[in-house]
Amino acid sequence: MSKFKKKTSTQTNIPTSALPDIIFMLLFFFMVTTVLREQTILVEQKIPQATQLQKLQKKTLISYMYIGKPKNPGLYGSEPRVQANDVLISTPDIVQWVNQERDLLPEADRGLITISLKVDKDVKMGPISDVQTELRNADARRVLYASTGKIYED
Amino acid sequence: MARKKGRMSQEVNSGSMADIAFLLLIFFLVTTTIASDKGILNILPPKLDPNVPPPDIKKNERNIFNILINANDDLLVEGDYRRNSKGLDIEIKEFVLNFGAPDENATALFNSLPASLQAQALRRPESSDHPGEAVVSIKTNRGTSYEVFLEVFDLAKKAYFDIYGERVGLTADEYRALTGDDEASKALQDKGKEGIPMAISIAEPDKIGGN
Repeated sequence: MSKFKKKTSTQTNIPTSALPDIIFMLLFFFMVTTVLREQTILVEQKIPQATQLQKLQKKTLISYMYIGKPKNPGLYGSEPRVQANDVLISTPDIVQWVNQERDLLPEADRGLITISLKVDKDVKMGPISDVQTELRNADARRVLYASTGKIYED
Repeated sequence: MARKKGRMSQEVNSGSMADIAFLLLIFFLVTTTIASDKGILNILPPKLDPNVPPPDIKKNERNIFNILINANDDLLVEGDYRRNSKGLDIEIKEFVLNFGAPDENATALFNSLPASLQAQALRRPESSDHPGEAVVSIKTNRGTSYEVFLEVFDLAKKAYFDIYGERVGLTADEYRALTGDDEASKALQDKGKEGIPMAISIAEPDKIGGN
């Protein structure tokens, strides 16, 4: 008996008084890093993977364009569509959209506008080349093919 | 009276604080999407003026590394049929660093390269003259999938970044991470690409297999 008593007498509980503080720290981290989506994305987005990713220094110069099959084929059909801001636009409207986006930038940065193309994996090159032709017409020639990182295979 | 007040417990019960914080934490964990602004940068060629005919560029066939991707996502690399893009980056690297027939400037460039890159110059007469002349051309059909195109484009970029990185003694990843913000990294960046332009040409797709 005495043996057992000895064992139980050692202190076993871990102090948990600092737990809320730790949790709060994590909470603040996630609160700060969270970006709530401002836009609903109307097209499918499975971003392809690549290895040679570059990060742009100035985020304000980037305008996003989403290309993919519409999520609601009953309303928008099953062909890949282009989404800019909140709406699906047709290819000829891209020039106008680019000019609007460019006007939002400060004068000095207007030539540096970068279009981030978030393209679904299953889209074919045809629609993409049409979009690129329009971007060339709009003189927005910096294009970022958005992709996620891939781990080297070798 | 005063005693009665004093006896009452002044502390707010904080035992459930951790639970509340946990709940909030889980909410933010679930809703967080860490913004990804990463991608492969490409500069499109300027708009064609319909009144001006496209410049007639005379380039030797040996200075162009042709990659064709058809609507079935098969590859034709320099006339050879491929089923996938494996090993393409190494071939592009060999092509760029071939130094088959360097002129005066290219010889100076060759001499400025570190020995490890010089050793990779195969000097084959049927491959590129020197890096300043070498062009990697990627041509697709309208029916080619974007995923395969991006994979090939990625490999072409990788070949160039490997060369740039090796030239300044960094890995390709380290070289790409250079921001060019401060003097030192800008100098490294410029030293890497000097004389070796990243010439990746993306041809207009032709109308096969698409819409």
